[in-house]
Amino acid sequence: MALLSKKDTNLILDPLADNNPITIQVLGICSALAITAELKASVVMAISVIFVLGVGNVVISLMRNMIPNKIRIIVQLIVVATLVIIVDQVLKAFAYELSKTLSVFVGLIITNCIIMGRFEAFALGNGPWKAFLDGIGNALGYGVILIIVGFFRELLGSGTLFGIKVLGDPVAKSGLYATGYENNGFMIIPPAALIVVGLIIWVQRSKNRALIEEN
Amino acid sequence: MLEHLELFFKSIFIDNMVFAVFLGMCSYLAVSKKVATAVGLGAAVIFVLAVTVPLNWLLDQYLLRDGALVWLGPEYADYDLGFLSFILFIATIATMVQLVEIVVEKFSPALYNSLGIFLPLIAVNCAILGGSLFMQSREIATFGLALNYGISSGIGWFLAILAIAAIREKIRYSNVPAPLRGLGITFIITGLMGIGFQSFGGMLTGGGDSVVPVEETTAKKEEIKEEEEKKKKDEMAANAVSYTDINTNE
Repeated sequence: MALLSKKDTNLILDPLADNNPITIQVLGICSALAITAELKASVVMAISVIFVLGVGNVVISLMRNMIPNKIRIIVQLIVVATLVIIVDQVLKAFAYELSKTLSVFVGLIITNCIIMGRFEAFALGNGPWKAFLDGIGNALGYGVILIIVGFFRELLGSGTLFGIKVLGDPVAKSGLYATGYENNGFMIIPPAALIVVGLIIWVQRSKNRALIEEN
Repeated sequence: MLEHLELFFKSIFIDNMVFAVFLGMCSYLAVSKKVATAVGLGAAVIFVLAVTVPLNWLLDQYLLRDGALVWLGPEYADYDLGFLSFILFIATIATMVQLVEIVVEKFSPALYNSLGIFLPLIAVNCAILGGSLFMQSREIATFGLALNYGISSGIGWFLAILAIAAIREKIRYSNVPAPLRGLGITFIITGLMGIGFQSFGGMLTGGGDSVVPVEETTAKKEEIKEEEEKKKKDEMAANAVSYTDINTNE
């Protein structure tokens, strides 16, 4: 990694595990839960957030000395809203089916706390390159959790991955279904996402006990 | 009247902001450690939703949706400013929150002291923007229903955060496995509460029919829309053909 100094690498790698936006910083949970019933939607959502957060962090960082402190929230909201409109229009143009599944949740990237959180905590105090790395890192950390949750929910709930029947056909009773395996419909309903994230937090904190909360 | 009642109970229990669509989770998790603060934030959310949803409904109806500008004159009938809805909605919400904060501070210092710190937080609460976006995608028909939707979904959010705050105050005395403490167990409890809230699904159908999930209904609506659009396009194509015919004839 000649391109990135050690500090820069940490900016990207930290949010992937020990400073994960979802499981540790408790940011951006709303969208993480609602759209993870399918892996495909999770991946698209992750990519959208990577784009919005990466570009947004750079823009805010470039403007950080020009924005009056009092109206910074509105300025930030406008920057995010513009980027999200771009994402939304691109999705509608090239992946119409998916943009229907995601419905209002693309718009809700605007109020995704990760974005405002990183603008406030990082982009307002750092240069564009660092802000870019921080944005990409945090969005990747968000995406990783999204993809893990989406993977388990789609695999256990529908027996598919990206819509491909990996466990065999439940109607024709082929593959794993021949042995009497059934899909777990519980994983499809929205509250299951919360429980899966809860379990991920459990696993992560058992591995790294420094993260355990007081209460 | 009946549709008002139906929407009211539906938005509180069946399409509950927290348990059915997971909106406003960030502040729901962050501010639910004590019941008193949870009540403050919940009240502020009801208030802001009740103001912004009807306002955004007006914006949507008279500015944004396909053909909404027709009141300016027939030549504006073709404009569809729908792509601007995100930026306009969020601008309305941010300004309204600021305005509400100023007004409350001026006229009711006591209320300001209890709500004040939460108001700026609310501008970026997904429940607020979500309320407006769902209002748009579910095509709520009248101003009164939009107001109703704002208030009732706010009450639903309020109930949710009140419930989890009460549970979290009690769970402090339980022996939760160490890695699950705090965030982890809150997630799992919320999940269980969400499953509980799913049982309200039978309320409007009398328990007979299975409930159609939210996403499906919106998707269906959009399918209908799509068909209409297709029809329009077909008609236009037909017209185009006839024009070219005329041209070639000449």
